[in-house]
Amino acid sequence: MSNANHKLPNPEPRSEREVDELLRIWATPKGWRIITAVNNTVIGLLYIGAAFLFFLMAGALALLMRTQLAVPENDFLSQDFYNQIFTVHGTTMMFLFAVPAVEALGVMLLPQMLAARDLPFPRLSAFAIWAYVVGGLVFFSTVFYDLAPKGGWFMYTPLTLKEFSPGDNADFWLLGIGFIEISAIAGAVEIVVGTLRTRPPGMSLTKMPIFAWSMLIFAAMIMFAFPAVILGTMLLEIERSFGWPFFTAAKGGDPLLWQHLFWFFGHPEVYIIFLPAAGLVSMIVPTMARRPLIGYRLIVVALIGTGFFSFGLWVHHMFTTGIPTLSLAFFSAASMAVAIPSGIQVFSWIATMAASKGRFRINTPSLFVIGFLVIFTIGGMTGIMVALVPVDFQVHDTYFVVAHFHYVLIGGMVFPLFATFYYWMPMATGKLLSEALGRWVFWLMFAGFNIAFFPMHVTGLRGMPRRVWTYPGDLGWDALNMVSTVGAYIFAAGVLVFLFDLSRSLLYAKAAPDNPWGAGTLEWLPNDLYAMRSIPFVTSREPVWDRPSLPEEVRAGHHFLPNAPTGGRETIVTSAVEAEPQYIIQMPGPGWAHLIAAVFTAAFFLLLTVKIVVPAIICGIVAITACLVWAWGLDPGPSKGEVEIGAGIRLPTYASGPSSHSWWAMIVLIFVASSLYIAYVFSYLYLWVVSPDVWAPLGSPALPPPAWPAASLLLTLAGTAAIWLAGRLLPAPGTRNAVSPGLNAAGALCLVAAIALEILGHWGTGLRPTENAYGALVYMQSALSGQLAFAIFIMSGFAVARAVTGRLDRVRRVSFDNCAVLYYYAALQLVVGLLLIHGFPRVAG
Amino acid sequence: MTWHARIASLGGMLPILAGCGGVQSALETTGREAADIYFLFIVATALSIAITLLVLVLLVVVLWGPSKWRDRLGSDRVVIGGGVVLPIVLLSLLLGYGLFVLDAGASRTAHAKDDGITIVGKRWWWEVAYATADGEQVVSANELRLPVGRPVTLHLESDNVIHSFWAPQLAGKLDMIPGRTNSLVVEATEPGVSRGQCAEYCGGAHALMAFFIIAMPPDEYDAWLQEEAAPARAPETGIAQRGQALFLENGCGACHTVRGTQAGGTIGPDLTHVGSRRSLAAATLPNDAEAFARWIKDNQHIKPENLMPPYENLEPDDLTAIAAYLEGLD
Repeated sequence: MSNANHKLPNPEPRSEREVDELLRIWATPKGWRIITAVNNTVIGLLYIGAAFLFFLMAGALALLMRTQLAVPENDFLSQDFYNQIFTVHGTTMMFLFAVPAVEALGVMLLPQMLAARDLPFPRLSAFAIWAYVVGGLVFFSTVFYDLAPKGGWFMYTPLTLKEFSPGDNADFWLLGIGFIEISAIAGAVEIVVGTLRTRPPGMSLTKMPIFAWSMLIFAAMIMFAFPAVILGTMLLEIERSFGWPFFTAAKGGDPLLWQHLFWFFGHPEVYIIFLPAAGLVSMIVPTMARRPLIGYRLIVVALIGTGFFSFGLWVHHMFTTGIPTLSLAFFSAASMAVAIPSGIQVFSWIATMAASKGRFRINTPSLFVIGFLVIFTIGGMTGIMVALVPVDFQVHDTYFVVAHFHYVLIGGMVFPLFATFYYWMPMATGKLLSEALGRWVFWLMFAGFNIAFFPMHVTGLRGMPRRVWTYPGDLGWDALNMVSTVGAYIFAAGVLVFLFDLSRSLLYAKAAPDNPWGAGTLEWLPNDLYAMRSIPFVTSREPVWDRPSLPEEVRAGHHFLPNAPTGGRETIVTSAVEAEPQYIIQMPGPGWAHLIAAVFTAAFFLLLTVKIVVPAIICGIVAITACLVWAWGLDPGPSKGEVEIGAGIRLPTYASGPSSHSWWAMIVLIFVASSLYIAYVFSYLYLWVVSPDVWAPLGSPALPPPAWPAASLLLTLAGTAAIWLAGRLLPAPGTRNAVSPGLNAAGALCLVAAIALEILGHWGTGLRPTENAYGALVYMQSALSGQLAFAIFIMSGFAVARAVTGRLDRVRRVSFDNCAVLYYYAALQLVVGLLLIHGFPRVAG
Repeated sequence: MTWHARIASLGGMLPILAGCGGVQSALETTGREAADIYFLFIVATALSIAITLLVLVLLVVVLWGPSKWRDRLGSDRVVIGGGVVLPIVLLSLLLGYGLFVLDAGASRTAHAKDDGITIVGKRWWWEVAYATADGEQVVSANELRLPVGRPVTLHLESDNVIHSFWAPQLAGKLDMIPGRTNSLVVEATEPGVSRGQCAEYCGGAHALMAFFIIAMPPDEYDAWLQEEAAPARAPETGIAQRGQALFLENGCGACHTVRGTQAGGTIGPDLTHVGSRRSLAAATLPNDAEAFARWIKDNQHIKPENLMPPYENLEPDDLTAIAAYLEGLD
């Protein structure tokens, strides 16, 4: 515990001028230019603020619905408007509130918990957040002019196909989801690379805070779950716009394909929301118990187990679709198994509370935690009931399920979120919220919640289905519905008191102490715009408890990187498992490019949704150009040499290849792309099982002769060789050559040509994508490869431009490496695609 | 006391669920499948309440209990015992029972040999076609008649969007999906009337897509089916005869069938015996002349977005005549 058995990295006194320099470097832009800021503390606040705004707006829609349902045969709302607002309520809560809110907490809390100066890709976060804010607001505003989607948040086909949902309403749903897909994937990249590569020296994975663990698993789950819904939304929009019949039974498609894709995402989504919230609880409980968490390792195993199991139970949303009994049994068992990791967590928290030093402290954050435990337990139990297939036959799509998932989601996510507001507020804003008002907030919300949602279990059992805008008065539902409505208003009153408390605190509260709860983790170290003055050497899970002098040492700059040796924004990159310092990452500061890219990306999708094509394309071009401008300033090269961070450690200020953070980000993206592709292969095989009669050669024109795919294959291999050679022939630093960029461009052209040949070959046989599901899938393969080829085309052009201007060489090579890694993946995907498209019908037919 | 009865009496201990009547309640069963599910539900509920109480008691103890108790609870063993052992044991048992009930239902469906009743989900009503012994289809709508004590296979289909057939007192729900036929065997255990409703959101008037189930003694059912198979009764009163003429003149037959007349449309419900049904517009209105008249004139307000155009220009006299004709089709 004393300084003697633990030598400080920078024991000598430091100059205060270093602090001034850090403040200058990390300063946020003043006035309205604050919108160009990228500091995680600023954009994190914007992110959580926007997510909370969506919570309030979607909550207002819920109150409208509860008002309509308060009495039978009410005509307060029209049928059409009700159908719109329940769709927007669900979509907003799931996509625009819950996922972004936990991602926002990741953006705000992770760098602080990991004592990093910022996330590894600050502008990427800012880009994703702005696209989400603009796109989300436009999506939500559709309720004001009768353009809102009305197919339910799950948008089942064929109800959402053009035939049954003409008009742009459904497209707005697809648009809203598009934004959250972008921001979720961007967030996953940040969080994976952030938690694995920007931890403080010494913080091995086994010492990582549980919240960081939960965010890491959250990000991994996004990587595998979101691609299924991305593919689903692509297929649905393509069927709506161009008539490729993926979901139309009469043409060999299947409406259930949508349900599989949607729930393969949708079920993990619930845990994507819950795991980080559980992670937050695992941070608050030990603090209030003044002791480390009991069962840290078990909790990590439980988090990983939940993530893993959650991919094995999507079918439990489809128990009533008539799938075979054997599958029902498997998914029923899997749905029950996922209760075990939740049980481990609940009992870990209870054990930690029991073992607290003195009594477990009861204050507003811990009240919300206890409320969470109670509500989540009930939600978990009804979850087990709906996992029993026969019980689900009765309660599926009734108010029983409405009650169940609000217990799980409000209990499992909103209550921990409010605990988080009260707990981490001092860290984020330097002010405390009021304990006295906090009690009101908690009791109003807790009572209101249970009054609103508990009766719904009975309403559902008495036969009331979900998503009905009205009901007759003689079925025994009246009183229950009235009680639920009253409860909803009580809950809302709690949220209003919170808003009052929040504004009171921001305007009038006095500054809070650095570590008001006496917590043990790094986010409570003294920090400023630049995060911590110096990055601590971590030797335990609760460094602040185990080394009481740590805050003072950090503030005085006695730990790593107490200054800004490169003269710009930077933080330490460490190894993924043991957190040994590897290099200094130089990070970009405030800028316009990412902001313009975000706004025009949003505009591109919006204009496409309302079918204003030419301006949409112009906006797309502006967005891509802005991205290129933004990327041009990255990849600084090794010009700053090595710098000293303390304890005699000298680190390079540049890295390329597998140790660089940017390579890791690319690998994350490739995981996303391959999950998307696997979802496509699943769709292909699934529709073949459902409708083998439309497959070539019997139900569709025979495949083109083998020479066609062989030529595509040869082109792909030639292109891969060209890219490989281009990498080998990169010029020495300070020189240029024409061969390497030439090969790079040739490689990109080979890929485009291979895809063009694949399309032409099928076109020549007379196969058309609108004819049947088989044709649609054949061309979809090329669409997916074409999408990658488009990205590679732009990245190659970018690398060529870097080479021509002397910014790409054997050492400074990240722009090329990223393009090459993606190329190798795209080539592999195309080869697999050729085998599937040209091989499978020959084997199966 | 049989084990079923014992479990049922356990249900009686749960005051909130006891006596939860209502013609659409899954807690008041009049069918074999629903009864099996109900017992499973009671067992699962009792278990859930027990575990919830356990967690609540533990919470109270760890927050306010004596320190000796708290010391004992603050250990890894509690996490393993409560988080791993307890759920594995209880959930395995519950899963076994659940699969047993599931399998029983599935095997009844697999072994059913009757011709059954085909129910097609429409926007937003139900077409119900009974297969008679001589292989004929008797088409009706928005009402399901069942013989008590005789298992009947329901073939569930849709030619538009996805619907879900749910008659809570009889059985669990099963979806109606375009391109597929899902089958479900139901067996009414006592005569009486209950209500069902579409459970899968199907757009527009989903909330107003309900139906009645009428379980009757088997011999009454057979007699009823024979009558239902017959063509429509010819109108007898003058007003009804005028109503029939107006019905045909206004083109109602383009969408509706009245067997025995030229009206042969298949877009809307078959009206051959519409007067004998318990409700109009998929359990949205009572079945009387006044409701017929309101429906024809004002159906877009009664059931917004339904696919029948409103006949706002019909003279009141004509409307009354058509209503009289339709009401007489029993």
